[in-house]
Amino acid sequence: MRAAIVVFPGSNCDRDLATAFDAAGADVHMVWHKDTALPGGTDIVGVPGGFSFGDYLRCGAIAANSPICKAVKAHADAGGFVLGICNGFQVLTETGLLPGALLRNAELKYICKTIGLTVESSNSAFTEGYNAGDTLQIPIAHHDGNYFADEATIAMLEGDDRVVFRYVDNPNGSRNSIAGIVSANRRVLGMMPHPERAADLGHGGTDGVAMFRSLVGAVTSA
Amino acid sequence: MKARVHVMLKNGVLDPQGEAVRHALGSMGFEGVAGVRQGKVIELDLADDATEADVARMCEKLLANTVIESYTIEIAG
Repeated sequence: MRAAIVVFPGSNCDRDLATAFDAAGADVHMVWHKDTALPGGTDIVGVPGGFSFGDYLRCGAIAANSPICKAVKAHADAGGFVLGICNGFQVLTETGLLPGALLRNAELKYICKTIGLTVESSNSAFTEGYNAGDTLQIPIAHHDGNYFADEATIAMLEGDDRVVFRYVDNPNGSRNSIAGIVSANRRVLGMMPHPERAADLGHGGTDGVAMFRSLVGAVTSA
Repeated sequence: MKARVHVMLKNGVLDPQGEAVRHALGSMGFEGVAGVRQGKVIELDLADDATEADVARMCEKLLANTVIESYTIEIAG
């Protein structure tokens, strides 16, 4: 199973994400934002957290228009897997691969702490290693994680079981406490919390490990 | 040609920064400020043959996120 991790100027969770995929058994390649193609045989693209392009204009906006993102979009359109975490989630909404947008946190503060995260759906390659209703302890670290979409989009996401993660205590004002959503084909996941920062005993928690293991397992056996 | 683009959060999208500014004005003694919305202004220095339609395309593709923001274009000549 081959994972490609996209690196933008200002990405800072790219190596953590690579380490988490590597520990789960993936063959990991780093991809620079100016590249125009993904490595051959890429099964999943990881779009990491950080501050791509300094968060200028809007978080993720400039990254979403970088050369590699055309390839990421084509990969997703062809049914490939994509995982966007934190700034990566912002990039995926800016590309249009996922609906909605991430606004400034309602309390205007940057929040960096471990929070309770409920698994709402185990019906995805990302979450099949969990049970719906599980509560995970996963770190968040963001200033713009306030998930917004119009009422019709929220109703559609809820109705189609596309809200896969929800905050136990909404830290940032997100509509319906939404922390992570999947695409219609359930192969693109965007989430604000950082499972790659809960993937090693040294992190103080390992609740994120099951995501990488189930993802590698699902794609390898597919 | 110069163009000025105003980008604002759409009505109905909570603007926490605008709210914080409104609270600050109130606590400073400025009374009667019922609402504050904060946006951004982007000035573009363009080729002479650029058109408003060109600027609109820039807005749709990059300068504004139309999921949450609206924009207006001012052509300054």
